[in-house]
Amino acid sequence: MTPASDRPLTLAARGVSVTYPNGHIALADATFALPGGTICALVGVNGSGKSTLFKALMGFLTPSAGTVTISDAPVREAQRRGWVAYVPQTEEVDWTFPVNVHDVVMMGRYGYMNFLRIPRAVDREAVADALRRVGLWDLRDRQIGELSGGQKKRVFVARALAQQGRVILLDEPFTGVDVKTEEAIVTLLRELRAEGRLILVSTHNLGSVPEFCDHVVLINRTVLACGPTSEVFTAENLQRAFGGALRQFDLSRSTVEDHDGRQVTVLTDDERPLVLGQGGHLEYRDRSAHEKLVAEREAGKELGRGKSSE
Amino acid sequence: MLQPFSYDYMLTALWVSTLIGAVCGLLSGFITLKGWSLMGDALSHAVVPGVALAYLAGLPFALGAFTSGLLAAAAMSFVKLKTPVREDAVIGVVFTAFFACGILLISLFPAQLDLKSIIFGNILAIAPGDVLQLVAISAVCVAVLVLQWRDLLLFSFDPNQARALGLPVRRLHLTLLFLLSATTVAALQAVGAILVVAMLITPGATAYLLTDRFGRMLLLGSALGAITAFAGAYASYFLDGATGGCIVVLQTAGFFLAFVFGPKHGLLAARRANRRLCLVRPSLEP
Repeated sequence: MTPASDRPLTLAARGVSVTYPNGHIALADATFALPGGTICALVGVNGSGKSTLFKALMGFLTPSAGTVTISDAPVREAQRRGWVAYVPQTEEVDWTFPVNVHDVVMMGRYGYMNFLRIPRAVDREAVADALRRVGLWDLRDRQIGELSGGQKKRVFVARALAQQGRVILLDEPFTGVDVKTEEAIVTLLRELRAEGRLILVSTHNLGSVPEFCDHVVLINRTVLACGPTSEVFTAENLQRAFGGALRQFDLSRSTVEDHDGRQVTVLTDDERPLVLGQGGHLEYRDRSAHEKLVAEREAGKELGRGKSSE
Repeated sequence: MLQPFSYDYMLTALWVSTLIGAVCGLLSGFITLKGWSLMGDALSHAVVPGVALAYLAGLPFALGAFTSGLLAAAAMSFVKLKTPVREDAVIGVVFTAFFACGILLISLFPAQLDLKSIIFGNILAIAPGDVLQLVAISAVCVAVLVLQWRDLLLFSFDPNQARALGLPVRRLHLTLLFLLSATTVAALQAVGAILVVAMLITPGATAYLLTDRFGRMLLLGSALGAITAFAGAYASYFLDGATGGCIVVLQTAGFFLAFVFGPKHGLLAARRANRRLCLVRPSLEP
């Protein structure tokens, strides 16, 4: 079911600035544009204005300057048409609330219902479809707090599906989620991309970005770079976006260098490390398979992040 | 046993209490889940100066109470916006200020104002005009809740989703605040300013322990509120005690029963579940 519309899907921010009442400038002159059929990562450190931009894109706050448009319509209009679907962070949700899985997914249909919000057959069908698609149909009567971590995440993805949103925003979808769930969600997001939707993922998990995002918007107080992942995700850009917040581990100076054939294993706790080769070439697999190649790369670099890289 | 029903004042007290109990119980589901218990307590105290002034000026008490409550709510959000003082502290400062003004007013005009009936309620001596006001308030509250409960549910559970769907979040917030003030004003007559907050929290909290569905929780809270208010008013005739006290003691007893015997969240249920878990997987035993 592709959402119907007369205009091709785009998401555009033009000169978006956000100043908070206390005078703090969270975001200045952010400009970028994305087409439909895209999975785009919104990447930046805490305090980079990433969540501010996220809120401005969803229309949760009004920029002090600039505009956000979806298919050339202002965000408010897009909201009214149910185009903007939102998947919250797991920590933001009150899991003790007396609602079951079906109730939550039905909340995605409110925009299609009348004033009294009484579901019609078409709403029930959309909810059932969404629940089956994420594999939660059998758990539809469960109170949401009784779900596992991965299931909790999928409830809200199902809600976005039931809403048939054209732009789906996911806030840190992979924090505290096991690898299996992450893969399931990524598969689902790829299907949604194939249907022409625009998926925007706010994340600080650098390693998984090249795996499934085709576009990246890099944030640090403004939009530093925007475009295809292979062009934006360079060591230089990431250095600019993260500054000292990014830990770097230079493989060519590694102590495991030659005597063990540079067989390096990178272990992280929950986040995938981002591995860059010479000239910023993105690595998707473990380098140990390319032993000789690696030996030739003198300036080969490996970027890991935070707690993961020690 | 039927003696209370032979007095007109008792009949009025019984049905008015039941009505107020039902309306407060209906709203209590939202108040407990939204985390507005402190707000309810604050508003119930903040209406006192309004009630005092309305009686002094010969105006409908509901008008004074309502104005006073909304002024307090506005003062709270203004101070919260303009200072970094934490919300609970702001609420504390504002509502005690209003309450103090009310107490002061009442003590300055002891001939026209009865401190006891404002603070502890006096449903047995309720004036016909006040009954009319209560019925009007209740009718409006029930109508708004019946029409808007799903929107208010979404607003309480996930305000961001409400916003993303373009729902008027600010208006929903004000609607809930309006309902809270209105029911506070209504309950003031039955149980008095000090115990209003129990009527607005305890039935909802009890219902929360008994069900996992929001719609059922609302109805259950309303039923609990109505039954306890009726029984409390009835019992107060024989005990010759404060109606408000009787109602709230009964509500608390109901909460206690749910707390112990609740099918899922009760203490006994939790113990049973724990035992089952240990039987299945003994390795979990410390």
